[in-house]
Amino acid sequence: MAAILELRAVKAFYGQSEVLHGIDLVVEEGGMTVLLGANGAGKTTTLRAICGMVRSEGEILFRGHRLERCTTEQIAGFGVAHVPEGRGTFIGLTVEENLRIGGYTAGRPNEKMQLMYGYFPILAQRRRQQAGALSGGEQQMLAIARALMMSPRLLVLDEPSFGLAPRVVEAIFGIVERIKREQRVSVLLVEQNASLALEMADRAYLLETGYVVTSGSAKALADDPQIRRSYLGY
Amino acid sequence: MHQFLQQIFSGLAAGAVYASLALALVMIYRATDLVNFAQGEMAMFSTYIAWTLVNAGLPFWAAFVITLAVSFVGGMLIERIVIRPVESTSILTAVVVTIGLLLIFNATAGWIYSYTLQEFPSPFPDRTLFGALMTTRDVGVIAVTLVMLAALFCFFRFTATGLAMRAAAQNPESARLSGIRVGRMLALGWGFAAAIGAVAGIMVAPVLFLDPNMMGGVLLYAFTGALLGGITSPVGAVIGGLIVGVTENLVGTYLIASQLKLTVALILIILVLVLKPNGLFGTAVVRRV
Repeated sequence: MAAILELRAVKAFYGQSEVLHGIDLVVEEGGMTVLLGANGAGKTTTLRAICGMVRSEGEILFRGHRLERCTTEQIAGFGVAHVPEGRGTFIGLTVEENLRIGGYTAGRPNEKMQLMYGYFPILAQRRRQQAGALSGGEQQMLAIARALMMSPRLLVLDEPSFGLAPRVVEAIFGIVERIKREQRVSVLLVEQNASLALEMADRAYLLETGYVVTSGSAKALADDPQIRRSYLGY
Repeated sequence: MHQFLQQIFSGLAAGAVYASLALALVMIYRATDLVNFAQGEMAMFSTYIAWTLVNAGLPFWAAFVITLAVSFVGGMLIERIVIRPVESTSILTAVVVTIGLLLIFNATAGWIYSYTLQEFPSPFPDRTLFGALMTTRDVGVIAVTLVMLAALFCFFRFTATGLAMRAAAQNPESARLSGIRVGRMLALGWGFAAAIGAVAGIMVAPVLFLDPNMMGGVLLYAFTGALLGGITSPVGAVIGGLIVGVTENLVGTYLIASQLKLTVALILIILVLVLKPNGLFGTAVVRRV
C-alpha cells in the first residue's frame, strides 16, 4: 500500500531545544497509524510538527507536498485535518457555526453538515447551542465532525479519549472507524488507551523521549511482551 | 421634563459616536488582546480626508464612502506594516506602538492641516422635531450609526468571512488548523475598525469642529463605554457607549459644570474596574465545567 504521509528523520524544536530526534513514520493510504508512549515522549509534538505548528527539520511528505516548508493554513488546505489536544472547539460559537468553520475552505458546507448530522445525531439536536455548553463527549464529536467538514484525506487525532467515560470513548471510536471506511480517510492517532488503539490501528509506533523505540504492525506490537507489560497492563 | 428628554436624546446622539468608536476598540481587543490607543487619532485623520474631499467639491456622501474605503485599506496596512512585526512580542510593546501611532497621526495631521479649528459640514439639515424635542442632526447621527451597526451585524452573522473572522479572534490556533488565514482576518479586523472609527469621526466633527485633538475626549468616552460593556463584547460596547453618552449629557446639564464632563468618564472607568471588572456583558460565554 502507498503511504499518504511519510516522515523521514524529522526533528522538532521548541525554541532552541530539540524535542524530536529524527523520527521515521508512515501512515498508509486508507490506514490507521497509532502513536503510543508516555507523557513527554513527543507524541503531540510529532502531530504539531506535521501541521506546521512547531519548527521542524527533515522531510514530511504528504501527497507530493513538503509539509515542513508550509504554514498551518496551507497544510489544512492540502487535506490534513488536525483535532488538537483540548479539541480546539470554538466555545463561544454555536455547534452549527463550528461546523461551518470546518467547511470554510473546502466548500459545500450544507451538504457535508447533513452528512455529519447523520454520523452524529446528537449534534443535530444541539445545532443552535453554544459549543461551550456541550458535554465533553459531545465536544469531542463536534471536534471530529468539524475536522471532517474539511473533506480531509488525513485525519489527525490527539487523544480523543481524554477525560471521557469508557462507554463514550467506545462510541466515538466506533464512529471514527465507520467514517474511515466510508469516507476513505486515513487516520493518525495519538492515544493513551493503548489496547483500544492497537485493536483499531494497522501500524503502531512507540515513542520514548523523542525517539521511535519500536514500530511495526499493530498486531505485532500488541503481542510484544514488553509493550504488554508497560502499556497494556497484562 | 421637556429639557430632560431633550438631553437624553442629544446624549444618545453623542453616545452613538462613542458606541461606534467603542466597537472599533472592542473588535481589535478581541482579535489581538490589544487596546488600540491610536483608534481616535486614526478616526481624526480619516475625518480630515473626508474634509479635504468635501472641500475639493465632492458631494458629502461620495466623500463619506471614499473616506470609509480609504480608511479600511489604511487600517489593513497599519496592521500589516506596524502591528504585525510586534504582534508576537509582549503586549506592552504593542501597546506602546499604538501610543506611538497616536502621536504620529496627531503630529502629521497638525503638520498637514495645522492645529486651527476647521468647520466641518453636517450632511443633515438643521431643524428641530417634535416640538424641539430633538434635532434632525441628532436623528441623522443615530440613524447612520444604526445602519452601520445593522450592516456589521449582518456581515458577522451571515457571511463566511464574518464567521471566519470571529473564529480567528476566538481561537487563532484552531482557526489555522481549519485552514483560515488568521493574519488576513486580523488585517481585515483593523480595516473594519478604522472604517468604523471614520464614521464616528465624520459624525462628531460638525459638533466638535475639526482639529487634530478632536478625538481625544471622544476616545476616552469610547474607552469608558467599551469597559462598561465588558471590553470583549461588541453588543456591550454599543450599549456602554450609549449609556456613557446619556450619562455625560445629564450630569453635564444638571450636576456639574460642563468643563468637568470628562471627569465623569474617568469616575465611570474607576467604578467599573472596582465594582464590576467584567462590565455588563463581559462574560457571555457559556461553559460547562
